[in-house]
Amino acid sequence: MYRVVEIEEIVDETPTIKTFFFEDESKPKPGQFYMIWLPGIDEFPMSISYIGKRKGFTVKRIGAGTNKMHSLREGDKLWIRGPYGRGFEIIDKRALIIGGGSGMATLGPLMDRVNGDVLIAARTKEELLFTERFERGNTYIATDDGSAGFKGFATELAEILLNKENYDIIYTCGPEIMMRKIIDMALERSIRIQASLERLMKCGIGICDSCTINGYRVCIDGPVFTEKELKEMRDLGRYERDASGRRVQI
Amino acid sequence: MLEIEINGIRFKNPLILASGILDESGETMVRVANSGAGGIVTKSVGMEPRKGYENPVVYELPYGLLNAMGLPNPGIENYGEEIKIAKTANVPIIGSIFGKDVDEFIYLSRKMEEYGADALELNLSCPHAKGYGMEIGVDVELVEEIVYGVKKSVNIPVWAKLTPNTDSIVRIAKAAEKADALVLINTVKAMAIDIDAKMPVLKNVFGGLSGPAIKPIGVRAVYEVYREVDKPIIGVGGITYGRDALEYIMAGASAVEIGTAIYYRGLNVFNLISQEIEEWMQKNGYESIEELVGIAQVR
Repeated sequence: MYRVVEIEEIVDETPTIKTFFFEDESKPKPGQFYMIWLPGIDEFPMSISYIGKRKGFTVKRIGAGTNKMHSLREGDKLWIRGPYGRGFEIIDKRALIIGGGSGMATLGPLMDRVNGDVLIAARTKEELLFTERFERGNTYIATDDGSAGFKGFATELAEILLNKENYDIIYTCGPEIMMRKIIDMALERSIRIQASLERLMKCGIGICDSCTINGYRVCIDGPVFTEKELKEMRDLGRYERDASGRRVQI
Repeated sequence: MLEIEINGIRFKNPLILASGILDESGETMVRVANSGAGGIVTKSVGMEPRKGYENPVVYELPYGLLNAMGLPNPGIENYGEEIKIAKTANVPIIGSIFGKDVDEFIYLSRKMEEYGADALELNLSCPHAKGYGMEIGVDVELVEEIVYGVKKSVNIPVWAKLTPNTDSIVRIAKAAEKADALVLINTVKAMAIDIDAKMPVLKNVFGGLSGPAIKPIGVRAVYEVYREVDKPIIGVGGITYGRDALEYIMAGASAVEIGTAIYYRGLNVFNLISQEIEEWMQKNGYESIEELVGIAQVR
């Protein structure tokens, strides 16, 4: 059953990303997600970006549902179910948080709890998300076009940081090809890693097999996976399944 | 203790994964088999790749799940690899298929047989796909024609999965009598309205209800058909605990299929239900599950 929550505040984060604040009694963990229904439009999964009593969804405009969400105003309603899935397991060691694009939204709640550094990457300066949020260590920036911080991909800056600094664990979320490379780097260096994956999700409750990757259900076994599971995901960054379940090259 | 044989196929236990739940990709089917399922029925596969309906496709209710997935599937030509992977789990793999007419069913059946499926399940019962499933499955002449046509065309056993959304499931079961086994029941056609949104929840408006709410309907269907048709029955609908499976078996089912219970109890539900059935049998002095089939029939 859905419950209806009211949007209390909307913050423009980037030209394509907004945060919607609302109050809800549920107690999510960092990395968990909800299903948001906009009646008559669409229902889609959304990770939680603020997890106190006052909660937030930080949403990038990418399809019909999220476009409609961006047109909502303070006082409008959201229909939600959740929280769902397995979130991050916080390990009290020195961490490197690596987020690409809107992947930072998922990592937001970790930034309020984890010690270490954070690497925020985006295509260009104005698409960088949550650059002011982290207060527990250094914030490193990378942009593809060099308009802010390091000029290059998140993976290139991550490699420099991993060669220079000692981290015990990496938490990451972002484009799958980026995560594939980060995971391989972590495995090579025997650094622990937790990655939040995204696949085409339909039911959100572990029964329909739409979001499964090599037998792991992103919606209920994940969306956060650890190195042991990630190692077994041969399709990660290589093959995905379309809406019909066909396995296609990424 | 729980071993059974249906149409000459051995199952280590009578708990088979129902079609539509975690059975689209081969690797997921292997995982379900490794979680204790005695057999696996695949997602229903049709002639072409099919995306299914847009979200919401599933809705959680206090007494079950409502779904209108819309028969998403990769299409029969892309399905050989999935069956091949699923077969590595070493449990019987039953290929579920849906078509709009006899010719499509025959084509799909031959392909499934060629891919190595151990048996077929004809989807004559999906309640929410236009031109397929239940729309065909309530037409007794068409049911008879499809079952007969498929039976003539393949050598593997043919199971017919029937709909409860009809005035007489016995009449349809008799039309499907040439099948090697009957699978009863598919979901019950249903809908839900969100009163705050003032509109139906499912994008497709109508869907199928599964879970505890429909168990009495399934048990009744199995009980009725067992008396009238001399073919093995596989019971489906709301089986969540060992006692639910026993209820179906006592009504006349030789085996059962389990789907929605994975949502309630996790993938380990097959092992849990196996243990629960065994405990009941030990306590009540039964050595083989086959002794219990139809035992509750009042003659």
